[in-house]
Amino acid sequence: MLQRSPPSLFRPRRAIDQSVLKENRVLIQNIDRRKILRGGLSLGALTMLTGCDVTRRDSVQGVLKRVSEWNDRAQALLFRPNHLAPTYLPEQVVKPPRFNAYYDVEDLAPVNGETWTLELAGRIGDKRAWTLRQIYDLPEQELIIRHICVEGWDYIGQWSGVNLRLFLERIGADLTAKYVAFRCFDDYYGSIDMASALHPQTLLATKYAGEPITDPFGFPLRLRTAVKLGFKNPKWITAIEVTNTYRGGYWEDRGFNWFSGI
Amino acid sequence: MTDTQVSLHRRRRMPLHPLAIRLMHWINAVAMIGMIMSGWAIYNDEVIFGWLHFPQWITLGAGPEGALQWHFFAMWILVANLIGFLVHGLSTGRFRRMLLPIRISEVIAETQAALALKLAHADLTRYNAVQRLLYVGVILVTILQVLSGLVVWKPVQFSELATLFYDFQTARLVHFLGMAAIVGFLLIHVALALLVPRTLLAMLTGGPKVPRTRSNMPAS
Repeated sequence: MLQRSPPSLFRPRRAIDQSVLKENRVLIQNIDRRKILRGGLSLGALTMLTGCDVTRRDSVQGVLKRVSEWNDRAQALLFRPNHLAPTYLPEQVVKPPRFNAYYDVEDLAPVNGETWTLELAGRIGDKRAWTLRQIYDLPEQELIIRHICVEGWDYIGQWSGVNLRLFLERIGADLTAKYVAFRCFDDYYGSIDMASALHPQTLLATKYAGEPITDPFGFPLRLRTAVKLGFKNPKWITAIEVTNTYRGGYWEDRGFNWFSGI
Repeated sequence: MTDTQVSLHRRRRMPLHPLAIRLMHWINAVAMIGMIMSGWAIYNDEVIFGWLHFPQWITLGAGPEGALQWHFFAMWILVANLIGFLVHGLSTGRFRRMLLPIRISEVIAETQAALALKLAHADLTRYNAVQRLLYVGVILVTILQVLSGLVVWKPVQFSELATLFYDFQTARLVHFLGMAAIVGFLLIHVALALLVPRTLLAMLTGGPKVPRTRSNMPAS
């Protein structure tokens, strides 16, 4: 609906104060098993108090948030970098895929493929922006994989585009960095861990079922990874950043688990 | 061998429900109820049966994100406690002593007696066949819930396990039905504990003293 200039920069214009990051890191490392058990017992006791909305208590929120961060680390340990997700047959592909965004489909603002560029930022050797034509010229990989939403629904989709590891190598990204972050035309944003970004079944998808992805599903470029829940696959991507700074994400900043690996 | 004989001679007695069992029982109760109530909120976000939504007031967690935080918190407590319980029950012989054997004929006879409200429960230290069946059943269903839960959580990382449940949605269905079975057990379990309050008291105080070496004695 609006002609927005593509956001070329990531929201925090300056890197987050490193001292704050260090402080938080200590906090996260301090969560030991005993504290979780103790917290569990007291939380368990709280749930037994009827008529008392425990979810409103800030301290409870704090514990839940820390456990969710602890779950991020547990999931990183469980992650098998070379283990492939099941793939499916073309006959099983659902067409069209299911629309999902933080707004209704009527409010969708389509991207103009002629003027669209992909901006690059952070720990990347060659930060020149990419046009759609340049993206289309990259080698294409196809995946027929199951999309699983955090809500519980799923469908099988057929996605093609450039393998993200290949793309990151092509642009000289620091593959030892912690995160790959994405910004989108609809102001959605997200980030994934580098191990998942380098998984063989992680793509920058440009096609669905052999045709260019249509507007509701992320035209011209979206992430599609077999190892994350649906909301970890940003659509209408306009910028990619490789960084050691935690960038969170639209749903993650609202309480959903950040790692959300499947 | 010698140790066993010595302790047999000593005839030391211990509570029917040792402290470890009581602690694990109540930790499990809290964690399980937390899992169920947060699970209902997660279910509501994408229902399996169009006619079934759980009222918000019996769910745990503000919105699906809050419910998921609770679910993925309580799961660690539930699983750690379950492992402790299984190791304890198998290593001390408690499972063999208290839960076996289960004879079908006894289950039928005692179910009929129970429905006629004539179930014998004078002896707290010996579970009847229906109790044994229910307790073994709920332990097995809880293990099934952990396995199906792992598949719903991580169908790719645990893809080998996922194939045992056919696919993601069938694992999700099994996880739901397992919940229903546990809720069914809970209703019976709590109702009977309230009908025979001595059993509830025993799970708090330990209950009557039993010979420590009961598991080593010949079956009566």
